[in-house]
Amino acid sequence: MDLLQLLSFGEHGWGAALLKAAGMTVLLTLSALVVGALVGSAVAAAKLSRRRIFRYIGDVYSILFRGIPELLVIYLFYFGGATVMGAIHHWFGGEGFVDTPPFLVGALAVGLISASYQAEVYRGAYLAVAKGELEAALAIGMTWGMRIRRVLIPQVWRYALPGLGNVWQMTLKDSALISVIGLVELMRASQVAAGSSRQYFTFYIVGGACYLILTGLSGRLFNIAETRVQRTQRRNPNA
Amino acid sequence: MIDFAFLSDTMLKLLAALPTTLSLFFASLSLGLLLSLGVVAMRVSRWPFLSYPARFYIMLFRGTPLLIQMFLIYYGLGQFSAIRSSFMWEILRSPYGCAVVALAMCTAGYTAEIIRGGLLSVPPGQIEAGLAVGMSRWTLLYRVIGPVTLRQALPSYSTEAVLMVKSTAIASLVTVWDVTGIAQQIIQRTYRTMEVFLCAALIYLVLNFLIVRFMSWVEYQLSPHLRERPVQRVATPAAETPPSL
Repeated sequence: MDLLQLLSFGEHGWGAALLKAAGMTVLLTLSALVVGALVGSAVAAAKLSRRRIFRYIGDVYSILFRGIPELLVIYLFYFGGATVMGAIHHWFGGEGFVDTPPFLVGALAVGLISASYQAEVYRGAYLAVAKGELEAALAIGMTWGMRIRRVLIPQVWRYALPGLGNVWQMTLKDSALISVIGLVELMRASQVAAGSSRQYFTFYIVGGACYLILTGLSGRLFNIAETRVQRTQRRNPNA
Repeated sequence: MIDFAFLSDTMLKLLAALPTTLSLFFASLSLGLLLSLGVVAMRVSRWPFLSYPARFYIMLFRGTPLLIQMFLIYYGLGQFSAIRSSFMWEILRSPYGCAVVALAMCTAGYTAEIIRGGLLSVPPGQIEAGLAVGMSRWTLLYRVIGPVTLRQALPSYSTEAVLMVKSTAIASLVTVWDVTGIAQQIIQRTYRTMEVFLCAALIYLVLNFLIVRFMSWVEYQLSPHLRERPVQRVATPAAETPPSL
């Protein structure tokens, strides 16, 4: 079979499967990024806390998730998740083996890894917001919620965007590791296509090209978003 | 509750795989560094036919997951009989060789960008000053550009080294029995995820801690100019005694 036939969208081609898998990769990365944003901002808050115990917790989280191989974390969640799910299942009188949903496990594992990197991004962005602005907001009588919503978040968001772009790229690449627990995303689909057509080289090249397109496109999007966000910023006249 | 016998048994099995992880790390890091020097030399070249291939290389290896690169090398290249009959087959036919090649090529892409960042931070005035005192290109590189770049690039490089330690775990997916590979094997046999995970995680954490410590020690050694000058302890007895008025 020639290349075009292999990649066609018809019955014998792998085009549709790969496209669907690419969608799955994007979905997985997005979910992981959301998990990472929630946990990551909590970790950042812990690191910036005045209480020493919270700072310790934040630091330990960073050390753990940035120092342990991603693959091990994924194994922990997959096999550990299966054990926990099995226990809950038996608790309620069920029998047999329970499958852990790979998407959930994957999004959680990659998300928690991404959180450790996002925490640093948010922490840096928070520190970049001028203290005077928060004091001014306090001085004109804004409540805590208002200060966060109107002053802090819009600016943290702006400073965090370049860093978030990097984290997104990293998470996108980490999501390929979820293929080991059987979720059919881009990596897994390339593997399956390569194995059944015996065209390993072709399909890994095609899979790699898909990743390249995804990272390239999202990099472009982040650049556009950055220039948009920077529009209201006063420019440095010397720059 | 805690099964110490199982824990120590697991730890011993994992430590037996530590040399594989370490040799993967050192081999790929040093090969990657060598390769990245070539890539960065091409990248900063004024000639487009040198700098564009380097740009392409960096984009390629930074834009795709390491896993797919490793699979491409391990499963993909063996498909061609030209490669199977060439000298490269000696390296590429073993999973270990493929893992080292993939890791080295991948880290070379990242390291090249780190070094380029360091190069760009060399103040142009210093280069001009070097030229003004009549340094040759090599002397300039060796005396001015090299040291400044090294100092600038070291913190990022230490991050890259930690990422490399973590990346060696991926080699277990092409059947290299490193720490992660053995850990996964034990987990699948015993289903005691938490204990095995703790042991393996501890090994990697200690390894990364040592690397970070070593790198910051090197950094400290390389930046004496940033430290405070030793306080001169010349006897000034008048200042020692508190003024009594």
